[in-house]
This record gives sequence, C-alpha cells and structure tokens, in this order.
Amino acid sequence: MIEVKNLVKRYGDKRAVNDISFKVEKGEILGFLGPNGAGKSTTMNMLTGYISSTSGQILINGVDILEEPKKAKASIGYLPEIPPLYVDMTVDAYLNFVFDLKKCKLPRKAHINDVCNLCKISDVRKRLIKNLSKGYKQRVGLAQALINNPPVLILDEPTVGLDPNQIIEIRTLIKKLGKRHTVILSSHILPEIQAVCDRIIIINKGVVAADGTADEIAKNITNEHKMTLRIEGPDHSRAEKDKIVQALKNIGGVKYVRADMEREKGIYDYDVETDGKTDVRRDINKLCFDNGWNILMLQLSDLTLEDIFLKITMGEGFGHSEDEKGAAAKEKKPKVRINLMTEEEAKAAEQAAREAAEEAAGEALDEKGDEE
Amino acid sequence: MGAIYRREMGSFFTSGIGYVFLTVFYIASGYFFYNDVIKSGLGDISPMFVSMFIVVIFLIPVLTMRLLSEEKKNRTDQGLLTAPISLWEIVLGKFFAAFTLFVIAESVIFIYALILKYLCKDMVWASLLGNYFAMLILGAAFIAIGVFISSLTENQMASAVVSVFFFLVLYAFDDSALEKINSNSFISKNFKISTRERIIEFLSHLSMRSRYTEFTRGIFSLSSVLFFLSIVFLFNFFTVKVLEKKRWA
Repeated sequence: MIEVKNLVKRYGDKRAVNDISFKVEKGEILGFLGPNGAGKSTTMNMLTGYISSTSGQILINGVDILEEPKKAKASIGYLPEIPPLYVDMTVDAYLNFVFDLKKCKLPRKAHINDVCNLCKISDVRKRLIKNLSKGYKQRVGLAQALINNPPVLILDEPTVGLDPNQIIEIRTLIKKLGKRHTVILSSHILPEIQAVCDRIIIINKGVVAADGTADEIAKNITNEHKMTLRIEGPDHSRAEKDKIVQALKNIGGVKYVRADMEREKGIYDYDVETDGKTDVRRDINKLCFDNGWNILMLQLSDLTLEDIFLKITMGEGFGHSEDEKGAAAKEKKPKVRINLMTEEEAKAAEQAAREAAEEAAGEALDEKGDEE
Repeated sequence: MGAIYRREMGSFFTSGIGYVFLTVFYIASGYFFYNDVIKSGLGDISPMFVSMFIVVIFLIPVLTMRLLSEEKKNRTDQGLLTAPISLWEIVLGKFFAAFTLFVIAESVIFIYALILKYLCKDMVWASLLGNYFAMLILGAAFIAIGVFISSLTENQMASAVVSVFFFLVLYAFDDSALEKINSNSFISKNFKISTRERIIEFLSHLSMRSRYTEFTRGIFSLSSVLFFLSIVFLFNFFTVKVLEKKRWA
C-alpha cells in the first residue's frame, strides 16, 4: 500500500530525515513514535507530497508521489499537525469546499453527513470554525481528511489538544477506520500508540530506531526476560540467601541471578534473567516447594514501551549490537535505584526522567526552528 | 480550480475586504467621474480612466495581499498542496477570484455611462468600451503581479506594501520618464546616441502606463493587449514556480 525507500530530507546541512525505509500493508495501523523534532512530521509531509524528498522514493498504491502527484494524492487523506482549517468558514461550508477541492464524486450530502457523524461534529456544522474549541477543530480536521474516503489516512498527532474523553473517542474512531483504511499516525504519547497501532516505528534523529509490534520491539531491545522474585526461607539468614541464589542459578534456562536487598526482615529479592526462550516460572515454583521456601512475589519486568522509548530516545543507541550491550548494562543501574524507592518515589523519578527527555527534545526542536 | 475560486469569492465578502474594495473603488471612481468628466462638460469619459490608474495601484493590493500569504501563515496551504489538484489550479483559482471582484467594481462605469448619455447626447460608446477593456487588462496584469508578490511572503502587510511600491514604479515608468533619463547629462555623456535610443525604444515598449494611456486616447492596439495578457500569464507562471520551489526547498 505504502512503500518508502531510502527517504532523505536535507535542510541545508541538516538531515531532518536520514534514510528511512518502510512498508505499510493494506489495513494496517502504523504508529510513528518519536520525540519532538525527530522527523515525524517531515516524513509525513513527504508522504503526502507537501514537500519533496531530497532523495529516495515514496510509492502510494504503487504510484510515485513526485511523478504522478495528483493520482497519488487522490488516495491520501491528511491531517497535518495544525489542521488546515479556514477559520472564517462554517464547518459545513468548509467540508463542502474540501469535497470540491478533492473532486469527490460521492453523493455530496450523504457523504458529508456520514463523515460528520463519524467524527461527531454534526452538532456544530452551522458554526464558524474560529468559534470552535480545540477538540472540535481537531475533529473537523479529521473529517476533512476523511472526505472522499481515501484508502490511506495520514494523521499527524491526531489527539493533540483533546481532553481524555475525546482522546478515547478519537482512538476508537481510528481503530474503526483502520478496518477500512491504511492508517499512519504519529504521536509522542506512548499509551496512545500502544492502544491503537498494530505496528510501531520509532524515529529518532531522522532514522528508524525500531520497527515492529510493541512486543517485538521490547524483545529486541533486551533478549533476556527479567523477573524479580521475593523468596522467604525458613532460617531468615544470609547463608540461606546464597543457597537460594545458587539453587536458582542451577535451573535450566536461567542466565543470571543476583540477590537484591533485604526487603523484609531476612527476606531478600532476587533478580533473575533467563535466556528468553524458556519459561522458568514453574521450575522456580517447584524448586521453592521442594525446599520449603515461600514465594512472596514474582514480578516479570519486561520493558514497557515507555522504557524502550526513553532508552532509544535518550541517545543510548539501538539497533547496533555493540550498543545494545551497553544499553542493557546501563539498564540495570536505574533498575536498582528505583528498587530502593517506594513505589510513589519510583513513579515520580520516572516522571521526572520523562519530562527531562521531553524537555531535551523540545529544545532540539526549538533549535531546529531557529535554524529554519 | 472551482473550489478555490468559490472559497476565495466567499472569503472576500465574509472578511469584509470585498466590501472595502468595492466601496473605495466606487467612491474614487465617482469622484473622478464628477471631477474629470462631468465638470468638463464633454462627452468623453477617458480623463476619468487616466486618474483611475492611480486608484488601481492602491486598491489591487487590497485584493491580492492575503491570497497566498495568509494560506502560508495559517498553514492552510498544507490542505491545498496535498489535495489532488495542480498548482495552476490553485493559482488560477485565486487569480480569477480577485479578477472577478475587479470586474464587478469596474462595471460601475456602465452606470456612469448612462448618466453621461443622459447629460450629453454625443457620448462615444467606442471610447468607453475601449477604456473599460484597457482597465480590465491592466487590472488583470496587476492582480497577477499582486498574487505573485503575495506568494513570496507570509506577511500580508509586507505583501501589500511591496505591491504598491512595485505598481508605483510601473506607473512612473513611462515615455516622459524615459525621455528624462535620455537627456540626463551623465548618461548622454557616457553612451552613444544610437545605443541610447535603441535602449530607450526597447524600454518604452515595456511601459504599462504608455500602453494604457494609448488605450485611453482611443487607440486599440493588439500588441498592447497581447503585452498585458503575457504579463498575466508570466506572473501566474512565476507564482506557480514559487509554490513549486517551496516544495523543493
């Protein structure tokens, strides 16, 4: 459906998009994830033919967007970051204008009605766009993209500025649209991508940092599965701790065991890493049962999309095998630190880290803006 | 093209620019009709058109200043440039919308013609139609230039000021101005008379004002018509190129 080959966009010396390639199949919902200024919008602007690429090729339904722009554009509905709304028009007049602009051949009244119902803007159709709230404007922008039922929908941060209810509504709508359309949407909001998309492409600094489903990406970044165990022995002693570590290490498939700190009196936490192929939880249970130990807690600590996002976009690198090890090594340290904190503190720390990351990305974007 | 044309026409009237343009045009033309035509007591409407040139210089930018600059500023150009239409359709849609408003404004002279007919029985229709047509193609040329200037900036005011300046230069650029240049001592000392005359003759062919004045004197020249139409085509073409270049930047 959409094929992107070695896409490059240069602004002067700066490469906003640097050799991106991917394919999107029919009926797929693809999420573009990346910090601000990563090249998401630039890529989308190239996909829709708003700007040209410096090199590389984009095929929409097998049609090159630069060679046959009219034909390619006819199959795309685009909601840019800022919806292209003429604020001095009413919603109705505007949608009629878009209908004419796209040379839509469908029955006018029925089609516009459908689109309005779908986007839930039927109640504001007679109002001037400039008087609408941000959420409604966003939905009018989405309606505009849906006019003429394009097989490909490209949505740049479709939920920006919406309240939580509206976000959920739009997500449901996008999922619904994904059944009939091929959708590409971008966002820097992780749960959104996770909730809506079949497949995720993480873009950072103009290159594809990761491509796959959320699970695949998570597996790729650390090959081992990690879990944290809290085991209680009968003696509550230090010697017993070493014994437990040794016993865990002897289970087939376990690669690494480390006793963590004393959580309750005489009870320790153990970090266990497996090779990722064997599920060792039953073996651990059996081991403990045989020795008369009690498992007080077993927590799988697979990386969430959020961890991955932070990790990739904080500049630790990904996709190169030597970097991967370094990243994995670094990963352990904060994990320990977070374990020292209470849950609230850990959450706060995570939040702070995320904010720092966003701020850094924001600054990068500002710089880019200045250059332009 | 139709969609953009209709939207622009609607926007002229919802934004009020259309009303401002028409009102000022009607007041100015009414004044010049009274001052230059009725007061003279002759049945010739031409003097009014000589004065209207300067009105057009200031009014056309009002129509064209926001046509493309506003699209760029509000990012609505993303909607247009990603729609399955060509750049020519966008540019011509805007051009014809502005031109239509200009035609509506200028057609007021038919009312003046009726008044004149009533006052002086010997009114010359041919001269009136010639003048009407001359002003139409002059307006078309100015609109094309104005749309082009509007495509260069995001700022409406900049677009308007540059347009007015450019039109004033075109206004000043006529035969008498060329004659002054020709007789300038510096130039006459440094260039041979034959070169000077050849250059001056070439430049005089490019003067919009000379060509326009020719029309107001009742001379219908096909070469002038083609000249103005070429300007219209050329500047619309430039506008298309500006939009295209922006895409490739």
